[in-house]
Amino acid sequence: MSTATDNRRKAPAGERVADWADGRLGIYSLAKANMRKIFPDHWSFMLGEVCLYSFLIIILTGVYLTLFFHPSMNEVVYHGSYVPMQGMRMSEAYKSTLDISFDIRGGLLLRQIHHWAALVFLAAMMLHMMRVFFTGAFRKPREINWLFGFLLLVLGTFTGFTGYGLPDDLLSGTGIRIAQGLILSIPLVGTYISMFLFGGEFPGTDFVARFYSIHILLLPGIMLGLVVAHLILVVYHKHTQFPGPGRTEKNVVGMPLMPVYMAKAGGFFFLVFGVIAAIAAIATINPVWAMGPYRPDQVSTNAQPDWYLGMSEGIFRAMPGWEINIAGHTLVLGVFIPLLIFGLVLTAMAVYPFLESWVTGDKREHHLLDRPRNAPTRTAFGVAWLVMYGVGLVNGGNDLWATHFHLSVNSVTWFVRITFFTAPIVAFIVTRRICLGLQRRDRDKVLHGRESGIIKRLPHGEFVEVHEPLSQDQLFTLTSHEQPKPLELEPEVDENGVTRKAGASQRLRAKLSKGFYGEGTHIPKPTAEEYHEITSGHGHH
Amino acid sequence: MSSQEIPEENLPSTQGEAHAGAVATADPFADPGLPPHEHRIQDIDERAAKRSERVVAMLFVLSMLATVGFIASYVTLPVDKNIYVFPIGHISALNFALGLTLGVALFCIGAGAVHWARTLMSDVEVADDRHPIEASPEVKAKVMADFREGAKESALGRRKLIRNTMFGALALFPLSGVVLLRDLGPLPGTKLRKTAWSQGKMLINQNTLQPLRPEDIQVGSLTFAMPEGMKEEDEDFQNEIAKAALMIVRLRPENIKDKRELDWSADGIVAFSKICTHVGCPISLYEQQTHHVLCPCHQSTFDLSDGGRVIFGPAGHALPQLRIKVNDKGFLEAMGDFAEPVGPAYWERG
Repeated sequence: MSTATDNRRKAPAGERVADWADGRLGIYSLAKANMRKIFPDHWSFMLGEVCLYSFLIIILTGVYLTLFFHPSMNEVVYHGSYVPMQGMRMSEAYKSTLDISFDIRGGLLLRQIHHWAALVFLAAMMLHMMRVFFTGAFRKPREINWLFGFLLLVLGTFTGFTGYGLPDDLLSGTGIRIAQGLILSIPLVGTYISMFLFGGEFPGTDFVARFYSIHILLLPGIMLGLVVAHLILVVYHKHTQFPGPGRTEKNVVGMPLMPVYMAKAGGFFFLVFGVIAAIAAIATINPVWAMGPYRPDQVSTNAQPDWYLGMSEGIFRAMPGWEINIAGHTLVLGVFIPLLIFGLVLTAMAVYPFLESWVTGDKREHHLLDRPRNAPTRTAFGVAWLVMYGVGLVNGGNDLWATHFHLSVNSVTWFVRITFFTAPIVAFIVTRRICLGLQRRDRDKVLHGRESGIIKRLPHGEFVEVHEPLSQDQLFTLTSHEQPKPLELEPEVDENGVTRKAGASQRLRAKLSKGFYGEGTHIPKPTAEEYHEITSGHGHH
Repeated sequence: MSSQEIPEENLPSTQGEAHAGAVATADPFADPGLPPHEHRIQDIDERAAKRSERVVAMLFVLSMLATVGFIASYVTLPVDKNIYVFPIGHISALNFALGLTLGVALFCIGAGAVHWARTLMSDVEVADDRHPIEASPEVKAKVMADFREGAKESALGRRKLIRNTMFGALALFPLSGVVLLRDLGPLPGTKLRKTAWSQGKMLINQNTLQPLRPEDIQVGSLTFAMPEGMKEEDEDFQNEIAKAALMIVRLRPENIKDKRELDWSADGIVAFSKICTHVGCPISLYEQQTHHVLCPCHQSTFDLSDGGRVIFGPAGHALPQLRIKVNDKGFLEAMGDFAEPVGPAYWERG
């Protein structure tokens, strides 16, 4: 005791570990900024979480699968435990997939979780992007994060496709064959890309091994980096929030990361994982044993890609078979044009934030979300895009529509050929009108109150419904959105009499801006005067 | 539970009252500020909070039990046992048991954590300030000054020789990487133009592996064939069958509309490439009455009685026909390779 110079109580072990780490990593400064970071609450904000968690589930189960899968196209004769296939020639890739499914305990479960999680991942990304799009969350400062998300969607699609091809069963091989046919249609370089990708003619003996390294290393590696960058930006920008009382562009209202969101978000990971595991227990997906090994001269009917390629599949099915032969060369337009359209439909997504900011001239930061009805033109664009996507998706299963609804596959295809172009236009117009209708309803609600459902009989016998005035919270929420004015071209002659012609791009921009914000694109918000006039009481109802 | 049971002193005094700090203004649409916190039953009644605690703990215990069940299923259930589960049908017992126990184990952890957060952790909403992303003008000025300083010290702008040679070196070295990719595969050459068919090769039935005789093929049946001498064990079998696969039908000669098709047939038997000219799926659906064949991948439809012409769908050109005859031993044999490349069109096809 005599040697003790420090009488202070020794810090608890956890604190000492944290001190040690802080001296090397500076974790206290990090925690100061982030441990009690505020996240706003809304059910739609969890869609992004579903993406993140299904991605993690895919990685976890994928690593397990690599322990047993043999990415080899060496041919072997099957002598495993699945009796119907015994004695058949197949690639080692297919054989090891059968082994995972029939011999390794839990192998089938993890294979199915992996596949289901991939479908959920892509679906959640689409829904998450829809949420971000329709609420305008992609606006400054989040355009780059929108692009990261977009890249994740594209790379996720390719990763899904390369994974789909790995088991080397009849269905996956057919999918790869189709992709090879698409590659061949690329002018000038198609055959070269195909030969280089497959190490010679299709199918060759290389593609499983090559797709394997692309599927488990190259693409997921890039995606992991993008996911991390995406999350860092979410934290850095702080989450967007819906407008409401006390919520401004300058604050973020919600609950702290620790403990609420640690528990909620951490718990949500387990919820997503649990649900996908249960689905994998009861719903068989990709039963490779039912298809048999791949043979380029065999096919199963009702061949369908995974859902996220259904739209591209649909436009390949819808396109008429145009081919132009000139000077000993073939332009395979019937295949190449859908390939371009698919690229364009995706690119439209990527560039939209930049297009909107250019057209509207809006370069401010936005942290308050739009309600979709209050941005009718954007909402209409989004719905038009979705309708186009949906029509393509329908045609991706045109054979199934035909057989299930007793239609002619030709009529289904013709229907899609026409509606692929017309339905988005109709959807655009209808959506804009619906948005205006909803705006009108908001206006009525603000000025006349909520319909209470109470019928009152007046002394002279008239029946009226009592309208209940909204609270100030509600009034504020319904009226706080902006109603921007379209950009005006600067006058051609300025105040000094100097003529200045607006360039073509300026004129286009003004025109588009008018389309976005001009006449007929919004219902004027009620003003305080209108409100006072109506509520000052003249026996109205 | 009714509110009478809640001890008086726990009842909030502020609940439902006006906003703290709200400013009365003439503007009915002014921001009233953050709404007051609304208490949950767990905030004011300790018994409700206890109940929540028990629910959370029960969920966590359930999860533990499910994990024990997972391990027990793994150890006890044989991997090849199938069971009937209504309404799914016959499924692997092990997969079913492992998946459900794992699902329950995970779901209960999640449900417990979320219930804990929703009922017992603070649900008071607080506001945090945002700061503009853009730097202040002073910071920007400092950075620009630093950058100019650094650029000046590097002398990159002044010593053009260094700059240009460096850009040259950096631009050239990735070429090594590009060159290294050359051996990914051979050049296309004429590989896509040739198949395993040649003059005198007999048509071998894919199912029986026997040479085909004309009498083996009836009107209305679809037969698949490959060239004589090809074996499944061959190293390049997959590549060759991907081009050489053949479908054979018999038509009544008077039903053949195309003159060349008739010339290239033998006893009304016509042989067409099985590989779709759209993107290469094997065609497998045959309509006996109309002699149309349909590709199951993208529904391209070809008329085998009219030179394999495309009558619907995305395929861009007719199915190539193989010229056949009956040889002196009475077997069907090819009179050469296909006259044009089989399968999907490509730039060099012409």
